[in-house]
Amino acid sequence: MPEIRVTPLGAGQDVGRSCILVSIAGKNVMLDCGMHMGFNDDRRFPDFSYITQNGRLTDFLDCVIISHFHLDHCGALPYFSEMVGYDGPIYMTHPTQAICPILLEDYRKIAVDKKGEANFFTSQMIKDCMKKVVAVHLHQTVQVDDELEIKAYYAGHVLGAAMFQIKVGSESVVYTGDYNMTPDRHLGAAWIDKCRPNLLITESTYATTIRDSKRCRERDFLKKVHETVERGGKVLIPVFALGRAQELCILLETFWERMNLKVPIYFSTGLTEKANHYYKLFIPWTNQKIRKTFVQRNMFEFKHIKAFDRAFADNPGPMVVFATPGMLHAGQSLQIFRKWAGNEKNMVIMPGYCVQGTVGHKILSGQRKLEMEGRQVLEVKMQVEYMSFSAHADAKGIMQLVGQAEPESVLLVHGEAKKMEFLKQKIEQELRVSCYMPANGETVTLPTSPSIPVGISLGLLKREMAQGLLPEAKKPRLLHGTLIMKDSNFRLVSSEQALKELGLAEHQLRFTCRVHLHDTRKEQEMALRVYSHLKSVLKDHCVQHLPDGSVTVESILIQAAAPSEDPGTKVLLVSWTYQDEELGSFLTSLLKKGLPQAPS
Amino acid sequence: MAAHLKKRVYEEFTKVVQQQQEEIATKKLRLTKPSKSAALHIDLCKATSPADALQYLLQFARKPVEAESVEGVVRILLEHYYKENDPSVRLKIASLLGLLSKTAGFSPDCIMDDAINILQNEKSHQVLAQLLDTLLAIGTKLPENQAIQMRLVDVACKHLTDTSHGVRNKCLQLLGNLGSLEKSVTKDAEGLAARDVQKIIGDYFSDQDPRVRTAAIKAMLQLHERGLKLHQTIYNQACKLLSDDYEQVRSAAVQLIWVVSQLYPESIVPIPSSNEEIRLVDDAFGKICHMVSDGSWVVRVQAAKLLRKRTAHERAKELYSSGEFSSGRKWGDDAPKEEVDTGAVNLIESGACGAFVHGLEDEMYEVRIAAVEALCMLAQSSPSFAEKCLDFLVDMFNDEIEEVRLQSIHTMRKISNNITLREDQLDTVLAVLEDSSRDIREALHELLCCTNVSTKEGIHLALVELLKNLTKYPTDRDSIWKCLKFLGSRHPTLVLPLVPELLSTHPFFDTAEPDMDDPAYIAVLVLIFNAAKTCPTMPALFSDHTFRHYAYLRDSLSHLVPALRLPGRKLVSSAVSPSIISQEDPSQQFLQQSLERVYSLQHLDPQGAQELLEFTIRDLQRLGELQSELAGVADFSATYLRCQLLLIKALQEKLWNVAAPLYLKQSDLASAAAKQIMEETYKMEFMYSGVENKQVVIIHHMRLQAKALQLIVTARTTRGLDPLFGMCEKFLQEVDFFQRYFIADLPHLQDSFVDKLLDLMPRLMTSKPAEVVKILQTMLRQSAFLHLPLPEQIHKASATIIEPAGESDNPLRFTSGLVVALDVDATLEHVQDPQNTVKVQVLYPDGQAQMIHPKPADFRNPGPGRHRLITQVYLSHTAWTEACQVEVRLLLAYNSSARIPKCPWMEGGEVSPQVETSIEGTIPFSKPVKVYIMPKPARR
Repeated sequence: MPEIRVTPLGAGQDVGRSCILVSIAGKNVMLDCGMHMGFNDDRRFPDFSYITQNGRLTDFLDCVIISHFHLDHCGALPYFSEMVGYDGPIYMTHPTQAICPILLEDYRKIAVDKKGEANFFTSQMIKDCMKKVVAVHLHQTVQVDDELEIKAYYAGHVLGAAMFQIKVGSESVVYTGDYNMTPDRHLGAAWIDKCRPNLLITESTYATTIRDSKRCRERDFLKKVHETVERGGKVLIPVFALGRAQELCILLETFWERMNLKVPIYFSTGLTEKANHYYKLFIPWTNQKIRKTFVQRNMFEFKHIKAFDRAFADNPGPMVVFATPGMLHAGQSLQIFRKWAGNEKNMVIMPGYCVQGTVGHKILSGQRKLEMEGRQVLEVKMQVEYMSFSAHADAKGIMQLVGQAEPESVLLVHGEAKKMEFLKQKIEQELRVSCYMPANGETVTLPTSPSIPVGISLGLLKREMAQGLLPEAKKPRLLHGTLIMKDSNFRLVSSEQALKELGLAEHQLRFTCRVHLHDTRKEQEMALRVYSHLKSVLKDHCVQHLPDGSVTVESILIQAAAPSEDPGTKVLLVSWTYQDEELGSFLTSLLKKGLPQAPS
Repeated sequence: MAAHLKKRVYEEFTKVVQQQQEEIATKKLRLTKPSKSAALHIDLCKATSPADALQYLLQFARKPVEAESVEGVVRILLEHYYKENDPSVRLKIASLLGLLSKTAGFSPDCIMDDAINILQNEKSHQVLAQLLDTLLAIGTKLPENQAIQMRLVDVACKHLTDTSHGVRNKCLQLLGNLGSLEKSVTKDAEGLAARDVQKIIGDYFSDQDPRVRTAAIKAMLQLHERGLKLHQTIYNQACKLLSDDYEQVRSAAVQLIWVVSQLYPESIVPIPSSNEEIRLVDDAFGKICHMVSDGSWVVRVQAAKLLRKRTAHERAKELYSSGEFSSGRKWGDDAPKEEVDTGAVNLIESGACGAFVHGLEDEMYEVRIAAVEALCMLAQSSPSFAEKCLDFLVDMFNDEIEEVRLQSIHTMRKISNNITLREDQLDTVLAVLEDSSRDIREALHELLCCTNVSTKEGIHLALVELLKNLTKYPTDRDSIWKCLKFLGSRHPTLVLPLVPELLSTHPFFDTAEPDMDDPAYIAVLVLIFNAAKTCPTMPALFSDHTFRHYAYLRDSLSHLVPALRLPGRKLVSSAVSPSIISQEDPSQQFLQQSLERVYSLQHLDPQGAQELLEFTIRDLQRLGELQSELAGVADFSATYLRCQLLLIKALQEKLWNVAAPLYLKQSDLASAAAKQIMEETYKMEFMYSGVENKQVVIIHHMRLQAKALQLIVTARTTRGLDPLFGMCEKFLQEVDFFQRYFIADLPHLQDSFVDKLLDLMPRLMTSKPAEVVKILQTMLRQSAFLHLPLPEQIHKASATIIEPAGESDNPLRFTSGLVVALDVDATLEHVQDPQNTVKVQVLYPDGQAQMIHPKPADFRNPGPGRHRLITQVYLSHTAWTEACQVEVRLLLAYNSSARIPKCPWMEGGEVSPQVETSIEGTIPFSKPVKVYIMPKPARR
């Protein structure tokens, strides 16, 4: 029985270090290769030893697919390919390929330079790893090998994010990565065609949320920023360098322009400039508005937003600072947060999801006293706001995507177990699709019934068409032919041709039957009676009386004979071929009932 | 050598022949038209290959055919059809048959048999589809003929099983358009059993080809449009199609569902997967809501559009309830609820949750606009819904696409009667005043005109923002004043407590008198005075200078400042207003009287007639200036009388008395008069809106007289006959056209110039030019003056250029050879079809003139009869030594042949569509504005 097997190495009932193994029709694919923000030990990378204890990963995996450039989806890639060792192809979209190394380098710097970690991947490893990448375009079907093909769909979320369809023969799996069903200021909404995969692996970050209007969130955000700035306070917005940051920048930029505000907006580190550069380049991946207006003005060329210098944090007066990373777990955002946390005039706006264990998660859950490294206790007096700008699909969006793709079953990853449970129920109940939510390391096995294409000879098809009426849509039709399996392809041909091709002689299969009848008359007469009887019953068949005294109905032969021992009974010999089985058995049963009395 | 010689001989010979032909041609004036069908027949027989034949047919199709000769042409085509082997030629013939059967005045029932006949023998699918299309054309042409319709339906049913989707499509289209409406079939169609058209079409909902499925749904909708009541069973079928793989099918299915839900709103349908039942209209609404989040934006637009048509709106509330799901606004809010009721209503199944939220947030602005429109429709019918959707609408003011913002502001204005803005909403609304787009700001002013504000702080806020707007964009002055006028008159009680602050008066001290020319101060005063109109206690708060300013503004800006009942002052204006009303009737009377006076023109001597006309024109002009309502009529009649005056004056010229032709330039006055009359008639015809056919006749008649005058003058002043031939012939053609166009109106033109002219037409045709001129001259003198009937409503087109203002002393500098963009902003009044007629002209000092055609999108339509042109004009010139002024003005382009009642076959169909839209002449209709420009030589 063919089957699809899915094992999450990360992101199973969890958010972070997305890494899912899929085996489909004998092909093994790894979807994403991320790291976990919440951990600084071995747990931050997926456990690749699950794939193989000894032996090279390349032998076990046919390809690796990276959905987008967020570190929880690609952070472990250099470790995986260079340190564990993988030489196969890695697929990602062009923007992801461009931006991914920047983020990895940034991540490496924080880990090695700041925290002084040893045994971490090096810059050279990132470069080597990126050399193995094959970039794909949207909707481009890429043949990984003769059987395995993949295809990318637009996913929104961040620049270059894509959903991937993995297809072998007629079996297919769609992996969504992270996606967004509502468009935002700079990206469009995810879209997929009705590809009807066997399995849809979807993220479920907001499994229990139905978001309200995005516009009023935007308005609230602008209002809060504006008010704080007018009060003279400082606003810290921790973001990931790419993605939400650009959306919020566009939002603030246009607002600043409209309201003619002079308060400085900073964006941390040189990383931004490089990243914004890519945003300017990959205009086709953005939304309708930016695509249509970029000829006049590229929206990513900000007028009001300047680069941040560390010294600025101590400047007096109001300011708005976008700082990385987004969960306040390390780096610049955490530094600035420490400086500003003591002043109640200031504000921190968390625009996205925070993983458990990060500072962001702690302050959002209301913790006011934080233990920092070195047993310091930091008292948080500044206002803490949560604005969900995270570009993940909400429950309705997930259901919508499932409805669009029409999969046979759904598998949830990248979410919290409790929430997944809820969504799982909803999906099973409303869309009537079986739904799975494996934990890390747990394998889900899905039996599939792949359809097998069979070639049919045109002659046979036409012959069959000529016999019956026109084929009706979506209704099965019976067809006689011979199935030939040769060199792993299947053909349906007429039996004559099959015999010819295989060089076989045709065997005739005949059934014979004796029917005893009480009759005293001569055989000749008997045959005549049988003839007239059949003639009257079988009106639309060709009934013939042959000169040698036998009767034929189509190809069925009937002979009357008199057994020597009993003159009172006559024996009718009925003989028919295998092809006329139906008519033959009908005739025998008819004759067994006896002949009608002659009208004498 | 011999060959060469022979050729020369031949050449000489042909030369001679040509000369002979020329002579004959000059004698003939008659124009003959070759028979259409004969020509076509010859062409088709000449054709040696299918490609040739196709070429002939294509050429033939470019020219129209008269109704009389259609049948002949059809026969020829059919005859050729039978012989033709090439399917592409047959296809073209079939399509020609369809086109021909649409000819007005031709009854196509005679060719139906043939068409059905050839249909039966046709093998090519494409030709079959085209033939069915032809049958459709025939069938729609004969809507009363039941038998034919039945037959066609029968044919369509027969071909429904065709393997080509094109043929099935056409069959379904045919069924949709012609399927019988009545079950009671008339007796003459007994042979053909009445078919259940709906059943047949419904069967094709599950066709294998999506195009056919779409066609089937469209056919069903067509049946509905024709008044056939659709069965309720269709609803279930259509619901299945909502999950079709193809967007065009889904899009059509959504429409069908809506239609059915309107037909059977109250019937009950079961909710799948539960025992409950709901009304069909609710079910359909849920389904349409669901489609707002479809994968294809085409479907989303369609669904959003249909949402607005909903009549029952009480369930609109549920759009925002998101039930057991959390809103995601607060952190931690999304923890799953403890008890999950599995029997809970299937929100997503019913699709209603947040349909509008989705629509308004859609990626494609087309969908968002449709959603805003839907909101508008629903809010207009339900105040409670209006209140609910207000927040969403206000949010749309921040959309990134201007069109959407504009649309939502307009929507808000439309529903503003039902709502009162909260302060925070007002805040968001007012923030948009800083938008750099003029359209947005003006739309917002309009919105504020009719908004209800709840608090005095709100009014103050609005005023402050509007003044800010005024300083930022001084050009918005008029719009802002108007806005404050309404704001004041709507909220007198809210303005009252603000007055001391606004006027900055102090209880004890006198404050400095503000500057009267300050637009901001005027704006404040407009607000206060309009509020004071219904608030008698307010004037007590005014200081002395306020009263003086009131008097000044009441005079200078009377449309913005109302008459106030001020203590200790007479109501000056109250004496004026009733007098205006009472004057209306006499002025109308006066107009009538002065026009009637002109009737007697006939009986006066030329001198007297001239005088009468002169002072009538003067009266009319004055009347037009005084009474703006009558300005159109007065101007129109004055122009007509002026034409007549010019004509009389020209005929009074001394030069006519001289017997011999004059070759000197002494006839300047007459030819100038002719030219001016022509111009005036064009103005009359094209510059006034509301001109009816009966006026057009008179105008054309006047023009004809002018042309006759021109001819006579030319005959008198030019030597030689050669040019005269051409002119005479042209003039006679014009007369011929006149007769054809206005054949119905000729009885009204008794004793007129043209009446007499037509009597003499046969003689004129054969006369020599000199004779023609003589006849014309006498007839011009003898002809009666035609009375111009006044139209009901007539308005003169006018245009005012707001920008450029022409006041700037700073020249617009640019490098010569490059272009500079000049913003032009103008209001147009009573211009019909401005997109095609209004042009911008730029006159350079060197006399070079440039005409610019503004884009259709540059015209906006803010109100009935009003248009606004906002465009950019590109100027360029070679270098000048110093700055100089260019003139910018607006022109009204006209083309008299396009205006004439449509008669496309008139000139043997020589008129190609391009000629029809081309410009024949232009009338300047705005004051020119001077713009200072300075092209500098490029620096090397």
